[in-house]
Amino acid sequence: MATNTSEQSAVPIWRDERYLEIIAQAVVVLGIVALFWWLIHNLLTGLESLGTPLSFRFLGQTSQFDIGETSLEYSRNSSYSRALLVGLVNTLRVSLIGIVFATLLGLIVGVARLSSNWLVSRLAAVYVELLRNIPLLVFLIFLSSTVFHKLPKVQEAAHLGNWAFLTNRGIYIAWFDPAASYTVYRWVLMVAALAAVVVAALLIRKGKRTGRMPLYWLWAFVIFVVVTGLGWFLMPTPPLTVNIPSLQGRNFRGGISLTPEFMAIFSGLVIYTAAFIAEVVRAGIQAVSKGQREAASALGLSGFMTLRLIIFPQALRVIIPPLTSQYLNLTKNSSLAVAVGYPDLFSVGGTIVNQSGRAVEVILITMAVYLSFSLLTSLFMNWYNRRTQLVER
Amino acid sequence: MTTQLSSVSEVLPPPTERYTILGWLHKNLFSSWFNSILSIVAGSFVAVVLVGIIKWVFVSAQWAVVNDNIALYMKGQYPGAQDWRLWVLIYLAALLVGLMWSSYFHRVDVIAWVLVSIFLVLAIWLLLLGKAAWWKLLLVDGFGIVGFSLGQRFPNVSKRLTILLLLLYMPLVLLIIRGFGTDGFIPQIGTNLWGGLLLSLLLAIIGIVFSFPIGVLLALGRQSQMPALKTLSIIYIEVIRGVPLITLLFMGQLMLPFFLPAGISIDRVIRAVVAIIMFAAAYMAENVRGGLQSIPVGQYEAADAIGLSGYRKMLNIILPQALRTVIPVLVGQFIGLFKDTSLVALVGLLDLLGIARGILANPSYIGRQLEVFVFIALIYWIFSYAMSYAARRLEISLGVGER
Repeated sequence: MATNTSEQSAVPIWRDERYLEIIAQAVVVLGIVALFWWLIHNLLTGLESLGTPLSFRFLGQTSQFDIGETSLEYSRNSSYSRALLVGLVNTLRVSLIGIVFATLLGLIVGVARLSSNWLVSRLAAVYVELLRNIPLLVFLIFLSSTVFHKLPKVQEAAHLGNWAFLTNRGIYIAWFDPAASYTVYRWVLMVAALAAVVVAALLIRKGKRTGRMPLYWLWAFVIFVVVTGLGWFLMPTPPLTVNIPSLQGRNFRGGISLTPEFMAIFSGLVIYTAAFIAEVVRAGIQAVSKGQREAASALGLSGFMTLRLIIFPQALRVIIPPLTSQYLNLTKNSSLAVAVGYPDLFSVGGTIVNQSGRAVEVILITMAVYLSFSLLTSLFMNWYNRRTQLVER
Repeated sequence: MTTQLSSVSEVLPPPTERYTILGWLHKNLFSSWFNSILSIVAGSFVAVVLVGIIKWVFVSAQWAVVNDNIALYMKGQYPGAQDWRLWVLIYLAALLVGLMWSSYFHRVDVIAWVLVSIFLVLAIWLLLLGKAAWWKLLLVDGFGIVGFSLGQRFPNVSKRLTILLLLLYMPLVLLIIRGFGTDGFIPQIGTNLWGGLLLSLLLAIIGIVFSFPIGVLLALGRQSQMPALKTLSIIYIEVIRGVPLITLLFMGQLMLPFFLPAGISIDRVIRAVVAIIMFAAAYMAENVRGGLQSIPVGQYEAADAIGLSGYRKMLNIILPQALRTVIPVLVGQFIGLFKDTSLVALVGLLDLLGIARGILANPSYIGRQLEVFVFIALIYWIFSYAMSYAARRLEISLGVGER
């Protein structure tokens, strides 16, 4: 018996799968390392012969170009790295605001698509099918060149009352400006928020004890409004003043101003991504079994209550993973801002490439930034999946 | 017992709901006061939009910018004397679609009639305009019908034949469009002359065809037990999926020349194609992986039990099943890729979007953006929608999720 086993195990090395696997892997890894070594060698020698060896030291030089929209302090005397940072902030700005609005719109369209109202569900279906089947880039350029740059001139601005002005230089919306007393009023706001939270918590506790849940959110809201309202009239001067945009010289000043470039990329991303989010939401809602809905109506819950208390909490588990990947898509797609002239990370990077000739370095930095967004998102996803898996049904 | 059964079968089925128009309206539009308000608001919105669109299309839009440049939109600078090569490819495609329809969808339905009548209407329209090309469009219908009846006539061979022809069609497209030699039967036409819809479709087709084998290999690598292969595959897939396509395209245009030894230069279209293939392969790998994971572990064990080698196990047992389940997803990816090809306009290629921007730069078409963008969006839409429709039908025909 023993000799038999030893004979069987004496497979020649070239037939032994364990060795074969190791050899195969070694060959592949060596091949790839060699390929990369060759490519990188070519790259380095090529850059050397052009007189621009690979280095990131150029980032400290002054940029000498202007950026249309900056949330940070920036001038043409700032460094390249500062310019990239401004671009990164712009990318984050349009992505984050875009995600919020795309989620809201997508939720509405997704629910509308399942509406019992024939016309509404058809409209939602047309919206989704229309947008899902055209390229985002075409849609963005379309919005930019036929909508936001075709708005009336500044002098003939289209306006909604006195509160918003639409012009081809941008959109101007009235907004609040903090006055001198705002520093004190901030505390009033905080107290009001605290009071609202405390009241809501007490009411929820009472509801759990008695079994009849009061309208805690309504009470919390009323208390917040009452406290902030009282505070408003107790202040010597109103803490916030409304800043209405007005034509001064050749342009509007005051309020919030949104450039046509920002509006094009922002509304394009929101409208386009919302179509995909709507599909995700619809699939999630349809994944909740029909019995749940029937059980809810047997208990006498209204349509809205069923949606809020029964359907959504269960649909969310199906919705969140594809929803995050849509958020990631939106962030990556924001790099198309370069086509409508919004200075996001990619577009600022392009300008730096033209200015400094450092194509390789800039592309590497840009890719690393987008890659880190996606790695962070997948970390979150893994965490979320682990968390929701614990909740056994 | 039998009498009882027969009496059960004689029980009438529940009556199907039958509506009068008013009943339908009541149920679907005016079931509650909230629904009524919703219907009225939505209805007036639809009416206003429809009237606006119709007015614009037939009254205020100036379609000269589309009519005068239709050849540019379709094929860019591709020489007119060589148009017949493209027509041959279109006829072959029509034949293939006809074959596919009969062997996979089995019956003629509304969409088939719509497809046929689109070309019919276009042909009649051209005839009325007095253009000579009307019979070329009519031939498209002709070839489609020939393909369909061939499929009906030989149902046993048609399925395999369709797949074989489909596989042969892709390289044939490249061969015929590119050509070879300088003054032969089909002279070579440089990629700098490819453009318009032709280029968009080619980029998508090449992208999907070449990324397919790479994607399958990457998916197998990611699933394999060998740590080095697995790590490399994961790194590739996650890095590519983590960056926007536009950065890869720029990398192709700006960095690829550096990576190659001095003196070797590559064509700009090829550079874009390489970027697209690299990008598509990572997504393809993830789709194929989904298919691989859907195969029950019993299939692997059964293959081991009958003593198949690892290679034969994959090729004969696992991959055929895995790929069948992901066909609809792959069509979805193809649609995505077709839409994504529009990004090559940003690196200066003249695809459908690039050509459109070029035409708009012509001073005689100032302010005609709306017409041009509506037109090209419509082209993208028709192709994408047709493919997603085909994918849904294929899903039913293949019985995905049922077997």
